[in-house]
Amino acid sequence: MPEEGRHFPSKEEMQKALEERHGADLQRKFSAASVAVCGLGGLGSNIALSLARAGIGRLHLIDFDKVDVTNLHRQQYAAGQVGMYKTQALRDNLRAVSPYIEIVTDTVRITEDNLRELLAGDAVICEAFDGAENKAMLVNGVLEQFPEKYIVAASGMAGISPGNEIRTRKITPRFYLCGDGTSDAAECSGLFSARVMLCAAHQALAVLRLLAGETEV
Amino acid sequence: MVKINGTDCDMDGKTVAEYLALAGYNPKLVAVEKNGDIVPKAQYDTAVLGDGDTVEVVSFVGGG
Repeated sequence: MPEEGRHFPSKEEMQKALEERHGADLQRKFSAASVAVCGLGGLGSNIALSLARAGIGRLHLIDFDKVDVTNLHRQQYAAGQVGMYKTQALRDNLRAVSPYIEIVTDTVRITEDNLRELLAGDAVICEAFDGAENKAMLVNGVLEQFPEKYIVAASGMAGISPGNEIRTRKITPRFYLCGDGTSDAAECSGLFSARVMLCAAHQALAVLRLLAGETEV
Repeated sequence: MVKINGTDCDMDGKTVAEYLALAGYNPKLVAVEKNGDIVPKAQYDTAVLGDGDTVEVVSFVGGG
Protein backbone atom coordinates (compact mmCIF):
# COMPACT_ATOMS: atom_id res chain seq x y z
CA MET A 1 0.00 0.00 0.00
CA PRO A 2 1.45 3.43 -0.89
CA GLU A 3 2.40 5.59 2.10
CA GLU A 4 0.22 8.66 1.98
CA GLY A 5 2.15 11.92 1.62
CA ARG A 6 5.50 10.23 1.03
CA HIS A 7 7.53 12.02 -1.61
CA PHE A 8 10.99 13.40 -2.25
CA PRO A 9 10.96 17.18 -1.58
CA SER A 10 11.95 19.53 -4.38
CA LYS A 11 14.70 22.12 -4.00
CA GLU A 12 12.06 24.85 -3.76
CA GLU A 13 10.15 22.96 -1.06
CA MET A 14 13.28 22.50 1.05
CA GLN A 15 14.35 26.12 0.58
CA LYS A 16 10.92 27.31 1.68
CA ALA A 17 10.99 25.06 4.76
CA LEU A 18 14.43 26.41 5.72
CA GLU A 19 13.23 30.00 5.29
CA GLU A 20 10.21 29.24 7.47
CA ARG A 21 12.42 27.88 10.26
CA HIS A 22 15.39 30.29 10.06
CA GLY A 23 13.90 33.39 8.51
CA ALA A 24 14.55 34.39 4.90
CA ASP A 25 17.34 36.89 5.69
CA LEU A 26 19.35 34.45 7.79
CA GLN A 27 18.77 31.62 5.34
CA ARG A 28 20.17 33.79 2.56
CA LYS A 29 23.39 34.13 4.59
CA PHE A 30 23.54 30.39 5.30
CA SER A 31 22.90 29.51 1.64
CA ALA A 32 25.66 31.89 0.49
CA ALA A 33 28.28 30.53 2.93
CA SER A 34 31.17 28.17 2.33
CA VAL A 35 32.40 26.30 5.39
CA ALA A 36 35.32 23.85 5.58
CA VAL A 37 35.26 20.88 7.96
CA CYS A 38 38.79 19.62 8.57
CA GLY A 39 38.69 16.07 9.91
CA LEU A 40 35.53 13.95 9.56
CA GLY A 41 35.57 11.98 12.81
CA GLY A 42 33.37 12.39 15.86
CA LEU A 43 33.51 16.17 15.69
CA GLY A 44 33.62 16.75 11.94
CA SER A 45 30.89 14.30 10.89
CA ASN A 46 28.51 15.77 13.47
CA ILE A 47 29.42 19.39 12.63
CA ALA A 48 28.88 18.70 8.93
CA LEU A 49 25.50 17.10 9.53
CA SER A 50 24.31 20.10 11.57
CA LEU A 51 25.53 22.53 8.93
CA ALA A 52 24.00 20.50 6.09
CA ARG A 53 20.64 20.48 7.89
CA ALA A 54 20.92 24.27 8.30
CA GLY A 55 21.29 24.61 4.54
CA ILE A 56 24.83 25.95 4.44
CA GLY A 57 25.30 26.48 0.71
CA ARG A 58 28.71 24.87 0.28
CA LEU A 59 30.40 22.38 2.58
CA HIS A 60 34.04 21.48 2.05
CA LEU A 61 34.82 18.08 3.61
CA ILE A 62 38.47 17.15 4.14
CA ASP A 63 39.86 13.87 5.55
CA PHE A 64 42.38 11.29 4.32
CA ASP A 65 41.00 8.35 6.32
CA LYS A 66 38.50 5.53 5.81
CA VAL A 67 35.56 4.59 8.03
CA ASP A 68 36.61 2.02 10.65
CA VAL A 69 34.39 -0.17 12.80
CA THR A 70 35.74 1.62 15.90
CA ASN A 71 34.34 4.92 14.55
CA LEU A 72 30.70 3.84 14.56
CA HIS A 73 30.05 4.56 18.25
CA ARG A 74 30.34 8.33 17.76
CA GLN A 75 30.72 9.23 14.10
CA GLN A 76 27.89 9.76 11.60
CA TYR A 77 28.53 6.69 9.47
CA ALA A 78 26.54 3.51 8.91
CA ALA A 79 27.86 -0.01 9.52
CA GLY A 80 27.67 -0.68 5.79
CA GLN A 81 30.12 2.19 5.14
CA VAL A 82 33.11 0.62 6.92
CA GLY A 83 36.07 0.74 4.53
CA MET A 84 34.79 3.73 2.51
CA TYR A 85 36.68 7.01 2.47
CA LYS A 86 35.07 9.29 5.05
CA THR A 87 34.77 12.08 2.48
CA GLN A 88 32.63 9.88 0.22
CA ALA A 89 30.64 8.22 3.00
CA LEU A 90 29.82 11.55 4.66
CA ARG A 91 28.97 13.17 1.33
CA ASP A 92 26.43 10.37 0.76
CA ASN A 93 24.99 10.79 4.26
CA LEU A 94 24.72 14.58 3.94
CA ARG A 95 23.09 14.25 0.52
CA ALA A 96 20.46 11.97 2.06
CA VAL A 97 19.32 14.75 4.42
CA SER A 98 20.20 17.84 2.38
CA PRO A 99 20.25 16.89 -1.30
CA TYR A 100 20.58 20.36 -2.83
CA ILE A 101 23.61 21.88 -1.09
CA GLU A 102 27.02 21.87 -2.75
CA ILE A 103 29.46 19.38 -1.21
CA VAL A 104 33.15 19.51 -2.15
CA THR A 105 35.52 16.80 -0.92
CA ASP A 106 39.28 16.51 -0.62
CA THR A 107 40.64 13.11 0.41
CA VAL A 108 44.01 14.35 1.63
CA ARG A 109 45.91 14.89 4.86
CA ILE A 110 46.02 18.62 5.71
CA THR A 111 49.53 19.92 6.37
CA GLU A 112 51.23 23.26 6.91
CA ASP A 113 52.27 23.10 3.27
CA ASN A 114 48.89 22.48 1.60
CA LEU A 115 46.44 24.29 3.88
CA ARG A 116 46.82 27.62 2.09
CA GLU A 117 45.73 26.11 -1.22
CA LEU A 118 43.10 23.79 0.27
CA LEU A 119 41.25 26.36 2.37
CA ALA A 120 41.49 29.44 0.15
CA GLY A 121 37.80 29.33 -0.85
CA ASP A 122 36.23 28.86 2.60
CA ALA A 123 35.18 31.75 4.84
CA VAL A 124 34.86 29.72 8.02
CA ILE A 125 37.03 26.74 8.93
CA CYS A 126 36.18 24.06 11.51
CA GLU A 127 39.12 22.30 13.13
CA ALA A 128 37.84 18.80 13.89
CA PHE A 129 41.01 16.73 14.13
CA ASP A 130 41.78 14.07 16.70
CA GLY A 131 45.45 14.75 17.49
CA ALA A 132 46.54 17.73 19.61
CA GLU A 133 49.56 18.53 17.44
CA ASN A 134 47.42 18.59 14.28
CA LYS A 135 44.88 20.84 15.99
CA ALA A 136 47.59 23.33 16.91
CA MET A 137 49.10 23.16 13.42
CA LEU A 138 45.79 23.97 11.70
CA VAL A 139 44.78 26.75 14.10
CA ASN A 140 48.16 28.48 13.88
CA GLY A 141 48.35 27.93 10.13
CA VAL A 142 44.91 29.41 9.43
CA LEU A 143 45.35 32.38 11.77
CA GLU A 144 48.80 33.17 10.38
CA GLN A 145 48.01 32.67 6.69
CA PHE A 146 44.38 33.83 6.50
CA PRO A 147 43.86 36.77 8.86
CA GLU A 148 40.41 37.42 7.32
CA LYS A 149 38.98 33.93 7.97
CA TYR A 150 37.36 32.50 11.08
CA ILE A 151 38.50 29.27 12.71
CA VAL A 152 36.32 27.33 15.13
CA ALA A 153 38.40 24.71 16.93
CA ALA A 154 37.88 22.13 19.67
CA SER A 155 39.94 20.94 22.62
CA GLY A 156 38.77 18.70 25.45
CA MET A 157 35.70 16.49 24.97
CA ALA A 158 36.96 13.01 25.95
CA GLY A 159 35.71 10.95 28.88
CA ILE A 160 32.35 11.12 30.60
CA SER A 161 32.66 14.29 32.73
CA PRO A 162 29.62 16.59 32.94
CA GLY A 163 28.45 18.08 29.68
CA ASN A 164 28.14 21.53 31.27
CA GLU A 165 31.94 21.76 31.24
CA ILE A 166 31.84 22.00 27.44
CA ARG A 167 31.70 25.64 26.38
CA THR A 168 32.64 28.07 23.62
CA ARG A 169 35.31 30.69 24.15
CA LYS A 170 36.42 33.55 21.92
CA ILE A 171 40.23 33.60 22.03
CA THR A 172 40.72 36.27 19.35
CA PRO A 173 38.16 37.97 17.08
CA ARG A 174 38.91 35.22 14.49
CA PHE A 175 39.52 32.21 16.77
CA TYR A 176 36.76 30.43 18.68
CA LEU A 177 37.49 27.40 20.87
CA CYS A 178 34.96 24.81 22.04
CA GLY A 179 35.37 22.05 24.61
CA ASP A 180 36.30 21.75 28.28
CA GLY A 181 39.94 22.56 27.50
CA THR A 182 41.40 19.69 29.50
CA SER A 183 39.86 16.23 28.87
CA ASP A 184 42.54 14.49 26.80
CA ALA A 185 41.58 11.36 24.88
CA ALA A 186 44.93 9.85 25.88
CA GLU A 187 44.21 10.26 29.60
CA CYS A 188 40.41 10.00 29.90
CA SER A 189 38.75 6.64 29.50
CA GLY A 190 37.42 6.77 25.99
CA LEU A 191 35.30 9.04 23.84
CA PHE A 192 31.52 9.06 24.21
CA SER A 193 29.18 9.98 21.41
CA ALA A 194 26.98 12.29 23.47
CA ARG A 195 29.90 14.33 24.83
CA VAL A 196 31.67 14.56 21.48
CA MET A 197 28.38 15.58 19.85
CA LEU A 198 27.96 18.32 22.47
CA CYS A 199 31.30 19.76 21.47
CA ALA A 200 30.48 19.38 17.77
CA ALA A 201 27.16 21.15 18.37
CA HIS A 202 29.01 24.02 20.06
CA GLN A 203 31.24 24.29 16.98
CA ALA A 204 28.34 24.12 14.51
CA LEU A 205 26.40 26.73 16.50
CA ALA A 206 29.45 28.99 16.64
CA VAL A 207 29.62 28.79 12.83
CA LEU A 208 25.92 29.62 12.42
CA ARG A 209 26.24 32.53 14.85
CA LEU A 210 29.25 33.92 12.98
CA LEU A 211 27.37 33.68 9.68
CA ALA A 212 24.48 35.50 11.36
CA GLY A 213 26.88 38.27 12.41
CA GLU A 214 26.75 37.31 16.10
CA THR A 215 30.35 37.51 17.26
CA GLU A 216 29.97 37.29 21.04
CA VAL A 217 29.84 34.01 22.97
CA MET B 1 53.42 42.19 35.12
CA VAL B 2 52.01 40.14 32.26
CA LYS B 3 48.48 38.74 32.54
CA ILE B 4 48.72 35.16 31.29
CA ASN B 5 45.54 33.05 31.16
CA GLY B 6 43.98 35.43 33.67
CA THR B 7 46.82 35.45 36.20
CA ASP B 8 49.41 38.20 36.73
CA CYS B 9 52.86 36.73 36.09
CA ASP B 10 56.31 38.29 36.54
CA MET B 11 57.42 37.52 32.99
CA ASP B 12 58.37 41.04 31.77
CA GLY B 13 61.21 40.82 29.28
CA LYS B 14 60.84 37.09 28.62
CA THR B 15 60.19 35.84 25.11
CA VAL B 16 57.16 33.71 24.33
CA ALA B 17 59.48 30.71 23.87
CA GLU B 18 61.12 31.32 27.25
CA TYR B 19 57.75 31.60 28.98
CA LEU B 20 56.44 28.41 27.34
CA ALA B 21 59.54 26.50 28.47
CA LEU B 22 59.35 27.89 32.04
CA ALA B 23 55.65 27.02 32.32
CA GLY B 24 56.19 23.52 30.91
CA TYR B 25 54.20 23.87 27.68
CA ASN B 26 55.00 21.80 24.60
CA PRO B 27 55.30 24.53 21.90
CA LYS B 28 53.99 22.09 19.25
CA LEU B 29 50.64 21.85 21.04
CA VAL B 30 49.89 25.52 21.66
CA ALA B 31 48.43 28.63 20.07
CA VAL B 32 49.46 31.89 21.74
CA GLU B 33 47.37 35.05 21.65
CA LYS B 34 48.87 38.37 22.77
CA ASN B 35 46.74 41.51 23.09
CA GLY B 36 44.10 40.09 20.72
CA ASP B 37 46.37 38.77 17.98
CA ILE B 38 47.88 35.37 17.36
CA VAL B 39 51.66 35.20 17.81
CA PRO B 40 53.11 33.48 14.71
CA LYS B 41 55.12 30.35 15.57
CA ALA B 42 58.18 31.80 13.84
CA GLN B 43 58.12 34.73 16.30
CA TYR B 44 58.10 32.73 19.57
CA ASP B 45 61.85 33.26 19.95
CA THR B 46 61.69 37.01 19.34
CA ALA B 47 58.27 38.17 20.67
CA VAL B 48 58.98 39.74 24.06
CA LEU B 49 56.37 39.96 26.81
CA GLY B 50 56.06 43.37 28.45
CA ASP B 51 54.34 45.07 31.36
CA GLY B 52 50.58 45.29 30.75
CA ASP B 53 50.46 42.62 28.01
CA THR B 54 47.54 40.19 28.11
CA VAL B 55 48.39 36.69 26.90
CA GLU B 56 46.31 33.56 26.40
CA VAL B 57 48.04 30.24 25.84
CA VAL B 58 45.74 27.56 24.41
CA SER B 59 47.27 24.12 24.87
CA PHE B 60 45.38 21.58 22.78
CA VAL B 61 44.49 18.12 24.05
CA GLY B 62 43.62 15.15 21.87
CA GLY B 63 40.19 13.81 20.96
CA GLY B 64 37.69 14.44 18.22
